Amino acid sequence: MVMTTHEEKMRTVRFRVGATPHIVVNSEICRNECSVHACVYVCPANLFVPLDDGGILFNYEQCFECGTCYIACNQEGAIRWSYPDGGYGVTFRES
Amino acid sequence: MTTHPANQQFDVIVVGAGPAGSAAALLVARAGLKVLLLERGEYPGAKNVSGAVFYGSAILNELIPNWWEQAPVERPVCRRDIAFMSPTTAVALDFRCAGAGFATAPYNGFTVLRPKFDRWLAAQAEAAGAFVLTSAVVDDVLRENGRIVGVRVRREQGEIYGKVVIACDGVNSFLAKKAGLQREFHPHELSLGVKEVLGLDPAIIQDRFHLTDNDGIAYEYLGAITEDVHGGAFLYTNRDSLSLGVIGQVSSLVERRKRPYELLERFKAHPAVAPLVRGGKLREYSAHLIPESGWAMKPKLYTDGMLVAGDAAGFCLAAGLYLEGMNYAMQSGLAAAETAILACQKGNFSARTLSVYQKNLKQRHVSTDFRAYRHAPSFVNGPRLQNLYPEMVAQGMEQIFRVDGAPKRKILPLAYRMVRQSSIKPGQLLRDVYQVARAYLW
Ligand SMILES: Cc1cc2nc3c(=O)[nH]c(=O)nc-3n(C[C@H](O)[C@H](O)[C@H](O)COP(=O)(O)OP(=O)(O)OC[C@H]3O[C@@H](n4cnc5c(N)ncnc54)[C@H](O)[C@@H]3O)c2cc1C
Ligand code: SF4
Ligand code: SF4
Repeated sequence: MVMTTHEEKMRTVRFRVGATPHIVVNSEICRNECSVHACVYVCPANLFVPLDDGGILFNYEQCFECGTCYIACNQEGAIRWSYPDGGYGVTFRES
Repeated sequence: MTTHPANQQFDVIVVGAGPAGSAAALLVARAGLKVLLLERGEYPGAKNVSGAVFYGSAILNELIPNWWEQAPVERPVCRRDIAFMSPTTAVALDFRCAGAGFATAPYNGFTVLRPKFDRWLAAQAEAAGAFVLTSAVVDDVLRENGRIVGVRVRREQGEIYGKVVIACDGVNSFLAKKAGLQREFHPHELSLGVKEVLGLDPAIIQDRFHLTDNDGIAYEYLGAITEDVHGGAFLYTNRDSLSLGVIGQVSSLVERRKRPYELLERFKAHPAVAPLVRGGKLREYSAHLIPESGWAMKPKLYTDGMLVAGDAAGFCLAAGLYLEGMNYAMQSGLAAAETAILACQKGNFSARTLSVYQKNLKQRHVSTDFRAYRHAPSFVNGPRLQNLYPEMVAQGMEQIFRVDGAPKRKILPLAYRMVRQSSIKPGQLLRDVYQVARAYLW
């Protein structure tokens, strides 16, 4: 079908999940210093989940490695960003 | 330079097997030099996303004559549409060309799927003699006496030495930053593209888009299509699928609190788009950043022992009518390769020798094009030109065509009333007209 939910979209993408997270979010900074929570909106994989206490729950496993969260985050040091190990992470087949 | 084990020592190391890196490695290998092409993906193209229309056919034809006969291309683009959208209407400019190099060799542009195309291009570099190493992430540059002498790959004994390093590692280029050539970016300088590939029967594609045989079409959409987010959308035909996506400036996505994949759904539901995508079956969803500010985000292009090319150097023309990055990536990759070859011949890898890169970029029309269009990005990617004016065109047409018994208005009073009703001031409008002219006309 043409119209799809975000979950349906993500199911079409292949990920080879590495053992160590390539992106780490310091939820302390999110909770104490950030009012924008930009990452929650911009991440095309919808990986940033806002918590009731103002913090962020993040899981690196279905990440496109696009870098948008790193660019959009307005709090220095909240996101430690790098690429996954060689051969791991997202593997596009059609794009 | 200190000597290192032969298997760790190359003339040229190219980082990133996108169009910039593979073209560079191909040319260096053909010059008989020892070149290593490093790619972090499982295969070249595994991490890469474009629309994608590849407009570099003529360039590639110089390297590999009749390349399209052996490459995984989808369709030659013989129709181009630019559509101005309001939430419910659309006005389109339709360009068709069946001959003159559009539907005939050497072709103007082909739709491609990057995981297939990039893999093929890297294989051409390999066939020419380049060493291609995939699943290899480069984490840093190596320095000796202040100059760059190689790269560090993330694994045991990952130090690899090269006389020249060419960074073709794309928009997030860690290498250009590690080498001190690039600064951090602002959210207004980058756009996020989200994309879908929808499977569709070739016979339906042919009928629905009025295409002869395997000819293809490229649609670009401006106006209310991204709501109040600065951006646009595209839809391209492949052999048995459609590639479509929405592009939004990162800062504006943040300000408007818009989720990119929701904009994508709304795009597909627009009354002018829905009939085009009907019956399509989702094959893959993807996302990638685009460097949108061209000239303004150009890094220092070279230093002792290193050159930067492609998206890593900001050589992506993303300005309204144009979304061209693969061709410029290839052109700048070739210019970097020519520079590296010359340096190897001279046996000198200083910044001074490598400064020939600037001349080579000019000769290949890269820096000249980006200079010429330097005014376009900041303005075109702004709210009025990308969203407001196109939407007004679409709404204006609706009023011109609507027959509802009310008195017919002539176009000028109609336009006058629309400008009055909008937030635009007449002086602003005049300035914008001048800016468009300066960006595109002269
Ligand atoms: C949604 C979208 C639509 C687009 N549409 C078009 C279009 O229709 N036509 C067009 O011409 N352009 C288009 N572009 C722009 C185009 O995709 C880019 O300009 C082009 O891909 C740049 O090529 P490149 O070789 O410089 O970089 P890339 O293609 O990004 O290649 C960089 C390579 O380096 C590798 N790499 C990165 N870091 C490392 C590292 N540390 N170690 C090892 N390897 C690394 C990556 O895996 C990748 O293979 C579009 C872009 C997007 C996002
Ligand atoms: S934008 Fe940055 S600081 Fe704010 S919630 Fe997201 S990751 Fe945390
Ligand atoms: S890199 Fe892209 S996909 Fe991954 S978490 Fe950040 S925004 Fe989301």
